[in-house]
Amino acid sequence: MTDLNKSGTPETGAVAAPGTAVGEVAAAGSPAPTAFLEVRDLRVHFPTDDGLVKSVDGLSFRLEKGRTLGIVGESGSGKSVTSLGIMGLHTAGQYGRRKARISGEIWLNGQELLGADPDEVRKLRGREMSMIFQDPLSALHPYYTIGKQIVEAYRVHHEVTKDVARKRAIELLDRVGIPQPDKRVDSYPHEFSGGMRQRAMIAMSLVNNPELLIADEPTTALDVTVQAQILDLIRDLQKEFGSAVIIITHDLGVVAELADDLLVMYGGRCVERGPAEKVFYEPQHPYTWGLLGSMPRIDRDQTDRLIPVKGSPPSLINVPSGCAFHPRCPYADVPRDGITRTERPELVQVAGSEEHFSACHMAQEDRTRIWTEEIAPKL
Amino acid sequence: MTDPEQATATPEPLLKVSRLVKHFPIKKGLLQRQTGAVQAVDGLDFDVRPGETLGVVGESGCGKSTMGRLVTRLLEPTSGKIEFEGRDITHLGTAAMRPMRRDVQMIFQDPYSSLNPRHTVGAIVGAPFRLQGVTPEGGTKAEVQRLLELVGLNPEHYNRYPHEFSGGQRQRIGIARALALKPKLVVADEPVSALDVSIQAQVVNLLDDLQDELGLTYVIIAHDLSVIRHVSDRIAVMYLGKIVELADRKALYETPMHPYTKALLSAVPVPDPKRRAKRERILLKGDVPSPISPPSGCRFHTRCWKATEVCKRQEPPLVALRTGHQVACHHPENAPDAPDASDQVPRQKAAAETARKVTKKTDS
Amino acid sequence: MAVREPPPGGARTAAGPRTVLAYVIRRLFAVVMMLLVVTLTTFAIFFVIPKWAGSDPALLFVGKQADPEAIEGIRKKLELGDPLLLQFWHFVEGLFVGRDYANGSDVTHCPAPCFGYSFRTEQAVWPQLTDAMPVTLSLAAGACLLWVVGGVATGVVSALRRGTLWDRSAMTVALAGVSLPIYFTGLLSLAIFSYQLKWVDVDYKGLGDNPGMWFESLILPWITLAFLYAAMYARLTRATMLEIMGEDYIRTARAKGLRERVVIGRHAMRSTWTPILTLLGLDLGALLGGAVLTETTYNLPGLGRLAVNAISDKDLPVILGVTLIAALCIVVANLVVDLLYAVIDPRVRLG
Repeated sequence: MTDLNKSGTPETGAVAAPGTAVGEVAAAGSPAPTAFLEVRDLRVHFPTDDGLVKSVDGLSFRLEKGRTLGIVGESGSGKSVTSLGIMGLHTAGQYGRRKARISGEIWLNGQELLGADPDEVRKLRGREMSMIFQDPLSALHPYYTIGKQIVEAYRVHHEVTKDVARKRAIELLDRVGIPQPDKRVDSYPHEFSGGMRQRAMIAMSLVNNPELLIADEPTTALDVTVQAQILDLIRDLQKEFGSAVIIITHDLGVVAELADDLLVMYGGRCVERGPAEKVFYEPQHPYTWGLLGSMPRIDRDQTDRLIPVKGSPPSLINVPSGCAFHPRCPYADVPRDGITRTERPELVQVAGSEEHFSACHMAQEDRTRIWTEEIAPKL
Repeated sequence: MTDPEQATATPEPLLKVSRLVKHFPIKKGLLQRQTGAVQAVDGLDFDVRPGETLGVVGESGCGKSTMGRLVTRLLEPTSGKIEFEGRDITHLGTAAMRPMRRDVQMIFQDPYSSLNPRHTVGAIVGAPFRLQGVTPEGGTKAEVQRLLELVGLNPEHYNRYPHEFSGGQRQRIGIARALALKPKLVVADEPVSALDVSIQAQVVNLLDDLQDELGLTYVIIAHDLSVIRHVSDRIAVMYLGKIVELADRKALYETPMHPYTKALLSAVPVPDPKRRAKRERILLKGDVPSPISPPSGCRFHTRCWKATEVCKRQEPPLVALRTGHQVACHHPENAPDAPDASDQVPRQKAAAETARKVTKKTDS
Repeated sequence: MAVREPPPGGARTAAGPRTVLAYVIRRLFAVVMMLLVVTLTTFAIFFVIPKWAGSDPALLFVGKQADPEAIEGIRKKLELGDPLLLQFWHFVEGLFVGRDYANGSDVTHCPAPCFGYSFRTEQAVWPQLTDAMPVTLSLAAGACLLWVVGGVATGVVSALRRGTLWDRSAMTVALAGVSLPIYFTGLLSLAIFSYQLKWVDVDYKGLGDNPGMWFESLILPWITLAFLYAAMYARLTRATMLEIMGEDYIRTARAKGLRERVVIGRHAMRSTWTPILTLLGLDLGALLGGAVLTETTYNLPGLGRLAVNAISDKDLPVILGVTLIAALCIVVANLVVDLLYAVIDPRVRLG
């Protein structure tokens, strides 16, 4: 229950093949990738009356099976829209309104999704890739029993009788730790507690053995003791099913529990990405420092004040020019060689670490010095 | 933040709560007969000392918010006693409470719904002066602008409306309003839980600074144990309407005595990926039972790995097992009678083992 | 005081068959009580207030040129001289077991359910009601079917094509439908389709007599009545549907890989029905009001026309009878809607 020894085992697949530069990943139109999931230069823009909302604006990453990627960011950073974009659900519920614009490439198991026939993508939803949502009460239909909803999810992709599907539903409810699954299968969502509902939601998302599971703030609506149960469950299930998992959260504690790799988003872009330990212990981006410094710690006494990030998250309509973080960055004045403020920093590999990338204009020596001398001692 | 030792030495509490009870009746049927009650708060005893921060932590349904509304007298207690500066305020009427309202203020969780969208910031922050019929020195407007500046807002935004501000700024407006009448006690119910991480830290720091500057006393109610650890001098842990443990921050986080506290602390995800391999995690089975029909005896016994017969029958009283460390448990952890620290390690391990076995049952 | 902190994991059970039965029994009891109150009120309005105003019900029955003896005989026979509560009691008794009107040896038996005799035609009221009822029910049921199907379908399509030409024109027509009075649309349709084009014959025939003619005679009234209501239903459906389509569980349904048809048909529609049903419950009861105008316009021999004629004739027993039937319709419609509610939404606890 405590540990799966997953983190740090080199065999379980590296994020990027050694030596791969990020520029290569981002290049559109390149041949099918070898990675299980590869997102290339994803952009999701929503036209509104106030202007174009650039929720995701050029995001690239890879994920292998058996690995967990944590996407961290604050509200409006684009983390949820990213997951909906992968699922092909970003336009959902947008009847007659100006449609969301999506561009880039999403490769899942060698198949490109954005250019594919929407009905083909629909057939992948729920079978190859499935999703767990934040609030299981509103994410489950209030008028149908838990069992009926799971049976439906199974029968979309499998031609089986209702009885067979019901047995499968009970089996999964049992697997996710719902007591008396043969009775509870006929309960309605409102008859479940919050934790049980999230378990049922997980059961529903796993009913077709998906290879990619996206969990969007799966424990945010839950109490801390129940959160621990659910995080454990997700970890156990991943070990059992061997799927790739994307966990989207604002809580660095949650990703530290689950994620092998981390992607930090700010203003619709990735500002830092790499193995969880690298991002936690040798963070390269001032925003990541800000997140770490803002967080009160449960595991130690802090006599000092927290180190918050000044200001508020950016508007996605008028994203600050250059580095979106520069108006809030305490180190925006650190000299940079020949770079103007309006120039947008690209995601570049951190020297000495093949899988660690960061998008900051500051020289790496400066960043390392600031982190080790100024930030880390105060945390 | 005040030094805990110093706070312990202060004899006269600012707020004294004894045997506080709040039951919400459940009415049913044509005649609206009472068929039961939600025992939201069921017998609380605690003091709040001047200048300290008392953190109140617990999961949903533990009654912590109800407690906050009781001590600020936004709710009428069913029974028990609330004393503020030695004066009984338990059943004061609206008129008699009015002068008290100056001294006791509340900050709410949701910065979106707790500010009237039709009023300007100036009107919102200045409302307490109007309601109390006081004109501050130099006029209301000048005072409101001073308050806005105090909480880190631009005083020129006096005439703006709440929707023009971000969540963090709205929470600052709520804080400015609470501080307008120079209260002695501020009760904050989940003051940062609706805010983003980076903004949360700004507000936590602000509360901290204001306490130093104005000598405030806080009761901070939150579900986030990390925030509570950061802001509190002393901490009360609530479970199903009862305080199960009340101790100084250091004692509570380093040597928790109540199994529930221990489980709660171990359940919090730590932002430290290296530690996940080493951590002993106590997983509680199931969910919090309903406060309509709480379990007999110790309310935690249904989820506790240490529960025995006595826990089902007898309710453990909240007693001080160490100086300043009160706990309500028949089988406390880290109890002072344990011979030495080395003995405690295997005991904890055993406890964790049992807990794991228990969870296995529900999980698989 | 209401419960502030909803208990997590509390005992929340769906309505089982037994609770449904208990609920129905309790509601039926309430229905009976309500009907009694309605009867008493109507009775008082029609028999007490005229008395205060100085007009004599017996006089109304006999007519203006009656001799005092005849009036006295009628008063005795109809027990109009008795205290009001006693009269009321006899009336209620008559509804359930029938009653005898007697003036000496002149005995008229009125079998249950006895609503008394028309002042005007001296016919028993109940057969008049039973003659008129099928007409009104035909009108109501047909129109209701038409407006629910038409209104909901229009609303759904409008919601799914929000902002398109279809949506805008449908909503404009709907607005017109809500605003145009039935005697306008009714007379217009009569003038065009019946008198000018002679497509339909609007003389009412019973369903049992000639189904074809029955249908033909009702088609215009159905459309006219349905047009008025369909407009309202289309607007409500559209608004509800748009709200539901933004719900999290619709996103979940899509995430399962369901076809859009299933997402809308099975998941969104199920929730959309709830507010439509609420409106339907109110409308079905109040339909009689709409029927009055429609029946008058098309000269249909239904309850509405019966009521209008009875009012202009000051025919108190008939007015009383129609009022009671209308009240019965309203409470029964509401009961049915409440039960359907529980069927649709398992969270509705009956109790």
